[in-house]
Parts: sequence; structure tokens; C-alpha cells
Amino acid sequence: MASNEEILAGLAEIVNEETGLATEAVEMDKSFTEDLDIDSISMMTIVVNAEEKFGVRIPDEEVKNLKTVGDAVSFISNAQA
Amino acid sequence: MARKVVITGLGATTPIGGDVPTMWKNALKGVSGAHTLEDDWVAKYELPVHFAARASTPALDVLSRVEAKRMDPSTQFAVVAAREAWADSGITEIDHDRLAVAFATGIGGVWTLLDAWDTLREKGPRRVLPMTVPMLMPNGPAAAVSLDLGARAGAHTPVSACASGTEAVHVGLDLIRAGKADVVVCGGAEAAIHPMPIAAFASMQALSRRNDDPEHASRPYDRDRDGFVMGEGAGALVLEAEEHALARGARIYAELAGTSVTADAYHITAPDPEGLGATRALKAAMFDGRIQPEDIVHVNAHATSTPVGDKPEYAALKAALGKHVDTVAVSATKSQMGHLLGASGAVEAVLTVMAIYDRKAPVTINLENQDPEIPLDVVTTARDLPAGSIAALSNSFGFGGHNAVIAVRSV
Repeated sequence: MASNEEILAGLAEIVNEETGLATEAVEMDKSFTEDLDIDSISMMTIVVNAEEKFGVRIPDEEVKNLKTVGDAVSFISNAQA
Repeated sequence: MARKVVITGLGATTPIGGDVPTMWKNALKGVSGAHTLEDDWVAKYELPVHFAARASTPALDVLSRVEAKRMDPSTQFAVVAAREAWADSGITEIDHDRLAVAFATGIGGVWTLLDAWDTLREKGPRRVLPMTVPMLMPNGPAAAVSLDLGARAGAHTPVSACASGTEAVHVGLDLIRAGKADVVVCGGAEAAIHPMPIAAFASMQALSRRNDDPEHASRPYDRDRDGFVMGEGAGALVLEAEEHALARGARIYAELAGTSVTADAYHITAPDPEGLGATRALKAAMFDGRIQPEDIVHVNAHATSTPVGDKPEYAALKAALGKHVDTVAVSATKSQMGHLLGASGAVEAVLTVMAIYDRKAPVTINLENQDPEIPLDVVTTARDLPAGSIAALSNSFGFGGHNAVIAVRSV
């Protein structure tokens, strides 16, 4: 079980690895597409890497609901619970 | 009268230099880019060949980590070479709808394809990266270069095995002559130093097995040649309609006078022993460029260093050049950098343009006992080419019976 802060930090590392964005730019209220300019292919790569890192499963149909970084953090947190 | 096409930019990343100035300096000196492979897969798969000629500058030293992540290694090399060629051309303003790309590969994204296969088998379909398809597709290099430069007049990918890079130059010339583009970035890229292609080429007895002496393994025209050496990298050229180049006061390296492509229709891998298809290609390129055999002072030969391949090329040169074959300065640059497969024709086109521009023929190394059946005047130390109007040819031949030739003339 990871705290929301730990999940956010882990997610930020994954986003940085995929896109080069600074980890500090990955904040809870940021939209993946609008604010972070992440396209659908990068998003899928981030999702799969997050699944491996946090030991969760994020179904494809769920990905479209993960609009902000916060959405992803809560989904992962709930999936781990 | 067809539009005249000139060459205004050059780029390369090869086993003997990560850019054109370094490659050209080494090509005149005569160095070997072949070395023993340190990868653990050589022993793991008990490969019969333990060496290859890797690019001297890794693409990751030039590209950012994030942009490289979305590219197969072959595409990484293509982008590195194309950026150099583009910067070298000095073009700052362009109608992007009149800029095209013709970028070849022989094999395509083999690393991506086989990595994805390994991932599928070891970790399942979920772990196969979403970028797998655009990274493995053979038009990946052309598409990436088009995207990088904003080339919107088409992005083409000629695929003709080891003739691919030369065929890309041929396609570029046609695009400009046909009025479909004013500027074309053309070239070829390959990154196939991977255990599977090495095993496959070795299985067909195409690779040198001189494992104890990699630097002397690629020896075109030598009596003791025993196969080619795998190389990797990319070459790129900026072709430009002459009037477009003159209007912006461009530095012009040379004229791309003529090109040609023919097919042997003889055997899927063996060259026609009489070199008939290659002869037709040589004659057609000279005809296309309004060049006479006596104008040709230099040939960058295909010359891969295989026992069977080097001889028919001599037969073809003899048939196409007549008595002038005896006085042409022939360079077999694969002796230095190995065989870059689909990139080789593009890199050799760059070398041929540099030879005309600098008026020097590059070196063929490892020629110790010249095959008496191939009595060509092979350049073994850098040689000056004559003053005045001169022309040169570069040949490439590929499995499938593909023959491609370009003719370059001084300006």
C-alpha cells in the first residue's frame, strides 16, 4: 500500500520517463491531455508502466475516465486497497 | 529539358564517423569500423560471427532520451543524418508543401519487432508497447524525417534490400524532375546488428567469419575475402532543383546528373554472373545524366567483400565503361565501414558527392592480394581526382536482383 503522495511521485517519474516533463509539473489537478499535452499512445504507455509499478490493473475502458493526475492517483489507490 | 537537380546538404552517421566531416576524414585515411561485439547475446546464441561495425556515435548521444524512445534505432540514425544534411544545406525558409522525403531502409524496425515479440512471450500482450507498430514499420524513418522537417510533399520509402539507399536518391531525383517537389531529403538507414539478422545472414554464408581479426574482415576484391561485415547507420542528402538552390545562393556540392534502377529477374539472391542487370543500370544512369564513359573518373563500388558478389560488378563496369574501366579510380568503402545494408547506398552517395566536391577518391583498406579476375584500379591510398568537369558513379545491388546506380557530376 502506497500513500497518495507516494503514488503521485511514482506516477510523476513514469510521466517524466515517457515525455521528459519535469516531475514537479505532474500535479494532482493537472489534466493529462490539456495541461501535460500527453497523447493517447503515451497515455497507454504510462498506464501500462503504472500497472507494473503499483501492481494494479487499469482496464482499457477505465483509462478514458482518468482525466487528471488526481483521477489516476485515486484509481490506483483504490485498486491497491 | 528535365529540371537540373543539385546536392546542397549532406549528413551521415556511420561506423567511421558520426557526421560527414569525421567520416570523410577517416574515409581518406583508411580506418576500420569493425570490432568484436561485446554483447552477451553473441555467446548466448552461439553466433558464428562475433563482430560487426557499429555506428561510431550512438544515436542517443545526439537525440534526446524522450524523442529516441519513440523511434526504432534505424529511425534514430535516419533523424540524426537528416538533421545534419538539413542544417548543412543552410535552408532557412521553405514552402513545406514543396519539400519531400525519400528515406529507405532494407530491413526496417527489426529491434522493435523482435523486442515486442520477446515481451509478448515473456510478459503478455498488455506489456507490448503502444508505439510498437509505428516504430517497426519500414516507413518509420521516412515518416520521422518528414515529421521532423515538416516535409509535406510526400514521404516515400523505397525498399530494395541493399540497393534501397541508392534507390531513395533515384526517387528523390524523379520527384524534383517531375515537378512534385523542389527539395527532397533522401537517404537510407539501417540498424540490424541484432542476433537474428546476424544468424540469418551467417546461415546463408554471406558474412565474413574472420572472428579473430575483425578489422581485416571486410576485404573487397582481395583474394581471401570471405563475406561481408554487418554495419549500421544512415546517410542523407538534400537534393534541390537547381533554380531553387541558385535563388537562395546555396553552396552546391555537385549535380545529381542521373540515376537508374533495374532488376535482374535472374535469382532471388545470386547476382547474374555476367552482371547484365547491373550493366543496364550503369548504362541507363549515364544515359540519364548525359555522361560518356570517358567522363567517369571515379566509382564507389558496391563491393561487399563476398566471394561471389564482387566479380559480376567488375563485368558490369567493364561492359558499361569499355576501355575506360582500366583508368577509373574505384573505391570499395565497405572495406572500412562494413555493409550498412539499406543505408549503404545513401552513405556511399554522400561519399561519392564528397569525392567529386573535394576531388579525392576515398580508400579501400585490406586489399593485400588483389583477385586477378578483378583487375580494377582500386584506390588504396587517397587519390586526387582530375580538375575540370568530372563525374562519378555509385552502385548498389540488393537481394531480389535490384540494381541501382547514381551518377554525380562536378559543377
